[in-house]
Formats: sequence, C-alpha cells, structure tokens
Amino acid sequence: MKISNTKFLIRTVLTLLGFALAEVGSFAIPTLQNQTFVIRDEAYRAILAGLMVIYLGSGIFSWFSETRRVKYAKRAPFRLFIGLVLLVWDMLGTKFGKLHMPFFPGPSQITWVFVEEWEFLLSNLLYSLRLYAFGFFSGVFLGVGTGILIGWFSKANYWIMPVLKMTGVIPAVAWMPFALNIFPSSFLAGCFLVSMCAWFPIGFQTARGMQATQKVYFEVARTIGGGRFYQLFHVAIPNALPTIFTGVSTANGLAFTTLVMTEMMGARGGLGYYINWAKAWSSYYKVYAAIIIMAILFSIILKIIGAIQNRALIWQRGLTSNVEERG
Amino acid sequence: MSKNAVEVTGVTRIYTDVRGNPLEALRDVSVSIQQGEFVSIIGPSGCGKTTLLRLIAGLDSPQAGELRLNGEIISGTDPQRGYVFQQGSLFPWLTVAKNIAAGLKARGVYKQQKADVAEYIELIGLEGFEKSYPHQISGGMAQRVAIARALINRPEVLLLDEPMGALDSFTRADLQDKLLELWKHDGTTMILVTHDIDEAIYLADRVVIMSPRPGKISDVIPIDFPRPRHRGGVEFLAMRKTILEKLDLASAKPEPEYTI
Ligand SMILES: Nc1ncnc2c1ncn2[C@@H]1O[C@H](COP(=O)(O)OP(=O)(O)OP(=O)(O)O)[C@@H](O)[C@H]1O
Ligand SMILES: [Mg+2]
Repeated sequence: MKISNTKFLIRTVLTLLGFALAEVGSFAIPTLQNQTFVIRDEAYRAILAGLMVIYLGSGIFSWFSETRRVKYAKRAPFRLFIGLVLLVWDMLGTKFGKLHMPFFPGPSQITWVFVEEWEFLLSNLLYSLRLYAFGFFSGVFLGVGTGILIGWFSKANYWIMPVLKMTGVIPAVAWMPFALNIFPSSFLAGCFLVSMCAWFPIGFQTARGMQATQKVYFEVARTIGGGRFYQLFHVAIPNALPTIFTGVSTANGLAFTTLVMTEMMGARGGLGYYINWAKAWSSYYKVYAAIIIMAILFSIILKIIGAIQNRALIWQRGLTSNVEERG
Repeated sequence: MSKNAVEVTGVTRIYTDVRGNPLEALRDVSVSIQQGEFVSIIGPSGCGKTTLLRLIAGLDSPQAGELRLNGEIISGTDPQRGYVFQQGSLFPWLTVAKNIAAGLKARGVYKQQKADVAEYIELIGLEGFEKSYPHQISGGMAQRVAIARALINRPEVLLLDEPMGALDSFTRADLQDKLLELWKHDGTTMILVTHDIDEAIYLADRVVIMSPRPGKISDVIPIDFPRPRHRGGVEFLAMRKTILEKLDLASAKPEPEYTI
C-alpha cells in the first residue's frame, strides 16, 4: 500500500485536529470553578500541546518511510477520536459541570495532580516499582528454579509437583493475613505475595517445557559427547524457554493484580496505597491520576518483557515476522 | 585398510510390540567393518537397520551378542561414534555455527578447537549462513550441518540413518558428493543406512542387505569399481540389477488369484 503526499498531509492534520480542538475548547470556554478549590487548566493544556508536538514530530519522521507512513495514517482516525473524547469530556466536566462530582472529574483536575503532588506520587510510584522488581524477579527466579527441579529430577516431580499444583491454585492474596504477621515489614510481605503469585505459573510452565523436549535432542547430545549437565543446560532448558515465557506473561498479569491489592490492603506506600489514601479524602480525581500512572507503568513493563522475549525466542519459526507485522 | 574398526558379533535385539509380544528386530547379526570403509545398509522397512545403527552408536543395547569398536566393547554413547539422524535433529535454538560447535562445547574443548567450526562450515559450503537459525535454512543445508556437527568431533565411525531420505533428488546427489568429499577429507569409517539402491552403490565400498522378521543380514556385496561412479554406467546398472534381485524386487510378483 502506498500513501500519496496529499493523503498523508490530510491524515496528519486529522491526527492533530482532535487535540487542537480540545486545546481551543479549553482556552475559549471559561472553567466552571468549584466552591471548595480552584481548578487549574495549565497541566491539561500542556499535555495536549505535548501530544500535538509528539504526533507532529512522528508525522514528520514518518514522512520519509513508506511503512511508517502507512502505520501513521492508519492510526489517524483513532487519534482524532481520542482528541474529540477529551474535548467532550473537558466540556462536560470542567466547563459546564455536567458530570456527577466528585466521582467524575474533568481532565484538568486530574492532570493538575501531576503538578501539585508530583513528589508524593513519585515516591509511591517508586515504592510500587521496587515492590514489583523484588517480588516479581524473586518469583521468576524461584519459579524457574522449582521448574528445573521438577522437570529434571523425577523425585522432585513426585514430591514437589503436587505441592505446586495445590498451592498454585490459591490466589496469592489469600496469604495476606499470614504474610503481614510473619514478615517484619509490609514491604517484605508484599514482595512475598507478588513472588508467590509468579512462582506457580512459571514453575509449572518451566517443568512442562522441559518435559516436552523431543527425545532426539537428548540423543544428539549424547552422541556428540554431552553429559547430564550438557543435556540439562544446553537441551532441556533452552527447549523450555518458549513455555517459560508463557509462564512469565501469565505471572506478570497476576503480579500486577497482587501488587495493587497488597498495597491497598496492607502497605505504607505504592500506587495502591495512594489510591486508598485519596479515596479516604474523597479526592477521586487523584484516584484517576494514580490509575493513569499505573496504566503507563504497567504498559512499559509489558513492553520491556515483550522485547526481552522477542530477543530470547528469536530462533522460533515465524515469531520475528509476526512481531514485525504487529509493529 | 585391513584392520576391523567395528565388529558386531551375534547381536540379538528383541523389542516388545504394542500387544506385549516379543518382536525380534535383530536376530544373531554379525558383521565386520574395516577402518576407513564406507558401508551402506539397505533393506525393506522394519528389517532392523535403525536398530543396528543405534546399537553401534550405544543409544541402545542388545539382549545377546556384543559390539566392539577397535576391540573395545561398546556400551553407552561416545563422541568416537558420531550419529546423523534422518531429519529435524538440529537444535532449533542454536545458529548454524553454534550447532556445529555444539560437539566441541559438549566435550568441553570449544576454546582450544574454535577454529574447526569455520573449517567445517567451509567444508560443507555454508559460508554466509553461520548466523542463520535451523528454520531459516533448507532441508539439504540442515543435513549438512548435522553431518558437520557429528564430524567436528573427529569420530572414528560416522553412523548415518537415512540422512538424505527427506531430500529431493538434486539435493540428494549434491549431498552424496559432499559426503564422499568429507569421507576423503577425514578418513572416517562411514556406515550409511539408506533405502535408495543407487545411493548405496554410488557411495559404498560394500552394500549390506538386510531382510525382516526376524531382522538379519542376508547378503554383503562388495562394490569394487572406481569412484567417481557413473550412475548410468554398465557396471553400475549391472550392480543395480544384482542388488534388486537380492532384494527380491527385480521382477513383478504374480498377482494372487483371488484379486477382483
Ligand atoms: N523402541 C521400540 N519399541 C518397540 N519396537 C521397536 C522399537 N524400535 C523398533 N522397533 C521395531 O523393530 C523393528 C525394526 O525397526 P527399525 O526401526 O530398526 O527398522 P528399519 O529397518 O530402520 O525400518 P525403516 O526403513 O522403516 O526405518 C520394527 O518392526 C519396529 O517396529
Ligand atoms: Mg529406520
């Protein structure tokens, strides 16, 4: 598919139009001020301007490549739609006060939180990030370790597999009361729970992937002089990599849920804690701000894990070309 | 060329079939193969060719009889006895170069013999494909890599179980010449299982013919005309006829009377 210059220009204008209209709307119509506090539009306006700059920049960048042109043009209607949604939301919420307060604040109010409370938000964000990093990576480590034991030693398969299967079906948060009492800090308790929820799917999938190794690969290893060590680390474990990553993806989804739940229920920090705290003050606009940060944070983590996975599984048939297609 | 490298004496291998009955894959099989010799094994499906090759490789052990390499009893696998599987045996997670290097890595001599990898890539004519993964190369290329992976350990014997069975005839002819080249290069004893009579005659010093139920060796035929052998030549065609007769395939069997 080719996109002519005129068509591409029209698409670029469309991409920017929604956000531009939202910006014009924000400036043109006076904000309906609340009795209790002042609503500031600056952050919202700056974000709209930022989005326009980014999309204009990416439009210019895409101009020079056929494939990027196609992608950019394809996304134009959706971006226009987002801009219009923001416009309507801003009108109803901030300008005419038609939304049910305080549960549905306008975009200005939410985005101003990033300016007003950035330090507190950042410290909670870092808390979540740390909890995720420690909990999830120890879970991956434990899961892969257990999986290797089960996948390689039939004794381990006999004794540990049933335990893994039994405990694995229990949602990790069920251990919360116990965890909070056992561990010296709520942070460690959170780490334990996140780790627990990652442990089961990763352990299970690691073992499964190893056990599914074709016999011929072990026979090749034996005929070229490979011992047990070689068969484990150069045959069974590489063969399990694709399913290990299946386990990691499942575990990741569970880890996000567990993370937020432990923060909301027991922790002294984190985005989940922030949400709880904001709710206690009925500052629902802050809840939304935290949710937006969470969405961005989790998306970035997913992207990173996806990138690692694509790199590690580059040898799989068809995987690379699929990724290219999906972009 | 007189020393026996492989000696198989009175080997019997009995499997249990699905119904639990004993199945004699090999009965009292004896054969000697000289050092540096190229032997082809041919015979109908199920006559125990793979079984014999796996026993020599040490991937399996017999119920009776013994197998020796250079006088030593074979038990278990050893890089001295390389094995090339029919197809799909390359490690999919390793590149071409790393698959070939796997033999060195497995023996823990990769650091000292790293240079051999490039040598074997050149020998099999796969320069430029070092970084390709198995799914990115053709079946013929993959079999060359499998052969190089086994040969890089400089085995005494190379066992090949229908390595060209899944290839088209052009690729096959190409690979046959490559195999002869490698054989001359390293002087490895070659034992090749095939179901292609022409392939057996084209390559081998001797053709071992096996027959099924129970699996045994029915004939051993020396091929003594010089290489390169012309596939349409008089001697070649005569040899072909001889082997076909031995295999009982020369003339069409009479139809049973009760066919409709
Ligand atoms: N692991 C096993 N368990 C049970 N029976 C087996 C096993 N391996 C081989 N057999 C049987 O032993 C007989 C010989 O098998 P083998 O694979 O050696 O034949 P082959 O000559 O290589 O045949 P093909 O040309 O089809 O590869 C066959 O009847 C087969 O069913
Ligand atoms: Mg066979």
